Formats: sequence, structure tokens, C-alpha cells
Amino acid sequence: MRQQAAIAAKVFIQRDYTNGTICQFQTKFPSELETRIDKQQFEETVRTLNNLYAEAEKLGSQSYIEGCLACLTAYTVFLCMETHYEKVLKKIAKYIQEQNDKIYAPRGLLLTDPIERGLRVIEVTIFEDRSLTR
Amino acid sequence: MMKNCEYQQIDPRALSVSPSSAQNHTETKAQRPRRKWEVFPGKNRFFCDGRIILARQSGVLPLTLGLIVVTCGLFFAFDCPFLVEHLTVFIPVIGGVLFVFVVISLLRTSFTDPGILPRATPDEAADIEKQIDTSGSSTYRPPPRTKEILINQQVVKLKYCFTCKMFRPPRTSHCSLCDNCVERFDHHCPWVGNCVGKRNYRFFYSFIISLSFLTSFIFGCVITHITLRSQAGKSLVQAIQESPASVVELVICFFSVWSILGLSGFHTYLVASNLTTNEDIKGSWSSKRGAEESGNPYSYNNIITNCCATLCGPMPPSLIDRRGFLPPDEAIPAASASEIELPPFAAKNDAHMCTQSTKDVLERMVHSSEFPGLCPPGTPKTSPLGLEATSVSGPSTETSPSTGCSRQLAHGPVVTPCPPFSRSSKRDSLHSINPAFRLASPSPSLSRTNLFLSESADVGFIPLT
Repeated sequence: MRQQAAIAAKVFIQRDYTNGTICQFQTKFPSELETRIDKQQFEETVRTLNNLYAEAEKLGSQSYIEGCLACLTAYTVFLCMETHYEKVLKKIAKYIQEQNDKIYAPRGLLLTDPIERGLRVIEVTIFEDRSLTR
Repeated sequence: MMKNCEYQQIDPRALSVSPSSAQNHTETKAQRPRRKWEVFPGKNRFFCDGRIILARQSGVLPLTLGLIVVTCGLFFAFDCPFLVEHLTVFIPVIGGVLFVFVVISLLRTSFTDPGILPRATPDEAADIEKQIDTSGSSTYRPPPRTKEILINQQVVKLKYCFTCKMFRPPRTSHCSLCDNCVERFDHHCPWVGNCVGKRNYRFFYSFIISLSFLTSFIFGCVITHITLRSQAGKSLVQAIQESPASVVELVICFFSVWSILGLSGFHTYLVASNLTTNEDIKGSWSSKRGAEESGNPYSYNNIITNCCATLCGPMPPSLIDRRGFLPPDEAIPAASASEIELPPFAAKNDAHMCTQSTKDVLERMVHSSEFPGLCPPGTPKTSPLGLEATSVSGPSTETSPSTGCSRQLAHGPVVTPCPPFSRSSKRDSLHSINPAFRLASPSPSLSRTNLFLSESADVGFIPLT
């Protein structure tokens, strides 16, 4: 593997469809990460991500108003306004960046934003453990 | 073909250091940074540097636009002056507003990404393959690639897409014309020149509703115009002679009104019950309508909530990131790797990857002597796919839900890659599966139950030739 840092493996957290088609990821802790990170920590990350995606797709008054306004303007309003979903996606990107910097990078892990994988998986890249600590 | 044996393990290590990636790496250094739409694997066309996306075959979109523009043009030029004089000035105003709304909705439907799912990266695909292989035994062909999950306490089967190399999320289907998996796939509409899916269904719906209003409005106005003219002491023939354009509009509107009103009614029903055309035609949930009112696990069981969710819900973003730049070392090997894996199925081929792989299975079974050792020397009995191949001679009715492409097996000879639906005339009637296609015939939605439920058993897409 001639990547910049040697990638030992990649773990994919798949989507959880038990509540329908809304974007949720499985919170089951993958066995490959057992040696690298605390189970609670990881599940907390995934749960926060799930909550953020739920917020993006929430059917509330704000989304209805946005939808009706868009319909009345023949959807041209989307050309100048950012949708609620996009705003939350930016929040998610920031959250993932923050988690990577604070928690995952020091442990030799990297979370890839699911939007880069078509919201199908959370890709966790496990780098080779060069440091022999832990 | 050998490489496309369904159960071949994809070794991720082999992929990330494929020799082509080293070559491409040096090549791209010399080239300008490319955008992701340029290497998009589906059959789509992009304009304005990736801002606008269309299906490769634009279908009859120019015709649709032309009909609308011509009819409205004739209306404004020939009928409006008379009506403004005799009735009210609001007639062209209303007509104008409706026309603008229709055209904008149409263009939004055509040019918006319907909810295309990007294909799985090689690493993901390898991971999925690993999970599938570990669950099967090695002595016989593993079960076909489906996964059962529970959605709202109901069992739903997820199918594996051979082209996109992933398990399709629920309500996602692979469109053969666009060669993409589309989320909440409704149908591929040739009139609009694009698939109708999660992201552009609301545009499509507002297009057909506003078009219904527009055609009814023009129809009514033209009738009023001719009636008023013939009332002023002239005969009907004379009135028509004075305004021949009105007859043209009348004819166009007469045929359009019935079909478009029917289509609007059908889609209103779909929206209210949170169904897609695909699910409705396949009867995915109707068999479960025994105990409960509706077996649809996605429905909110409330018409208003269903309507709001489908039409006014949050607008999901495009997942394919057309205008993003390619990372120089990563995405290009991914694109070429997927081409390497399936060499005979380059885009020139009409049939999509999915049918090719099932066809390969059949070929291997038919010519098992020519490809020794490729597959377990299984009798067709052990493979559900084989079962279908040997038992089906003509157009199939019920096929097992083993793969979404199994209905292709109905067409006997498997070697030729032509779209199977061009073969028999019976298949041509399937064109009317797409409600939009039935604009030529009077009563679209009402006849849908006759032919199609028996034939369109398990198709993940609605192919059109």
C-alpha cells in the first residue's frame, strides 16, 4: 500500500434502515476497532451523526415552509438560497473534522464524511500503528 | 466474462496498487485537475461544467418543450386578442403564469439529478463481497445476493446491484437507460428526458399538475373563443376558418388533457399513499393488504403527512458531487478499476452490467464444457438463477426475486446484448408501464393493472427502448 500513511484496513459502518429510508447508521461497534478506540466513544460519535442527519431530514414546520416557498417560486429560490439540509451537512462536516482532530487522528484512525460515499457508509480508515503505545 | 463471475473476491490490495493507477498518476500530474462529472460512470450527459445533468438519451424532451411552446404561442397569438377584447385581460395573464410555471418545472425535472447513488468504491465493494462470501458454503453456489431487513416491523428485501456493487437501499432501483441506481426511483420519463426519483419527484409532480391546468385552461379558452365567434351570427365552420390555429390547439389539448389529467390523478394517488410508480406497478405492498390497511412501511398512514413528506419535505443534496475536483491519486484508479473489472461491458454495450452478469451465469451453465472449473460443477437445480433460465422459455411472468435482472432471462438466447425488450411485441406493450409513455393513449392510469402486474414481477427499473 503506497499511500501516504500505510493503511492497515478500512471498516465500513453500513446504514441502518429499521426506521425507513432516513439516513441512519448502525451503531454496532465493529470488532476491528476494538484495539484502537473506546466503544462508548465510537458509539457516541455515530449517535451524534445520526441525530444530525435526523435533524436534516426532519419534517417540521421549517421544512414545510421552505418547501412551499420553493413551490410558489417555481423552485427558483433554491438557486440563491441554501437549503436546510445543506446547512446541516456543513454542520456535520465540521463535526467530523473536529472528531477526527480530537479523537480519531491521535489513535491512527480517520473518519470519512459519509456524503463523500453517497451517504451509504461511514468509512473508518485504520492506519498502521507505528507508535507502539496502547 | 471470466472476470465477472459473481462470486469472485475483489482483493482491495490489488486494486489500490493496480499498475494503471501508477500510470494515471503521472498522467494526471500533467493534466489540469478534472471534475468528477468527467469521469462519471453512468450514462448521463453534463452541461455547464457539471451544473446540468441529463440522461444520455434525451428522449422526447425537445418534443415536449416544442409542443408546449407552440401551443402556447398559438394561443397567445390567435386566441388571446379575441378573448381579451370580449372577455377579460386576465386570460393571457393566467396563461402566461401557467406557461412559465410549466416550463420551469419541466426544466427543473429534466436537469436535476434525480437522486443518483454514486457507485461503491472498490474498498467498499470488497468489504461487501467479504460479508457475502462468509455466509455461504463453498460446496454449492451461494444464494443470490439479497439481504432481508426489517423496516418498521416489516420484512423488506434489499437487492445487490451488480453494476454499482452495493446493496441497493430500500426504494432504490437501477435504471438501465441511465445506468445508475436512483433513490426512491419512480420511473424513467422519456418526455422529460430523465429519471424521476427522490430529488426531482416534486418538480415532476408540479410539472404535470401545472400542465394539467394549462392544457385545461387553453382547451376551455379555445372552446370559448370558437363558441363566441360562431355566436355572432356566423356558422361554426366560418368561425373555424377565421381562426385555424384554434383547431390545432384544440386537437393538441384534447389529447393531452385526458392523458395528463389521468397521469396527475395517478400521481396524486401515489403521493397520498407515499408510493412510487415502480412499487405500485410491481405490487410490492398490495399483497400485504390483508390485515392492515396498507402494507407500505414507508407510509405515514396519513394522507396529509404523506403529501407533505413527498412534496414539501427537505430537499436532499446531490450525492454525486458533479463539480467536485478529482483527487489526483484516488478517484481515477477507481474509475479505471471498475472498467478493468468488467471489460466486455463497456458503455458501447446496450445491455447494462446487471444483465450481463446474469447472462454470464447462464452462458457458463449452457457452455459448461467450455469454461471448466469456473464455477462449481453445479446442476442448474442448485442455482436459483439456473432454475429460471431452464424453466423459462417465453416471456416470464413470475420470476423469483433472486436478482433484479432475472426477468431478462425470459428472453431465451442470452448471448446477444440487445435490450431484451425489443424482441417480442408483447414486450413492447411494456412501454406502457411508464405512465408517462401512455400519453398517446386515452386512459393511462386506469389500465395499468391489466397487463403489467403479471409481467413486471421484479424489475428494478423500467427499461424502454
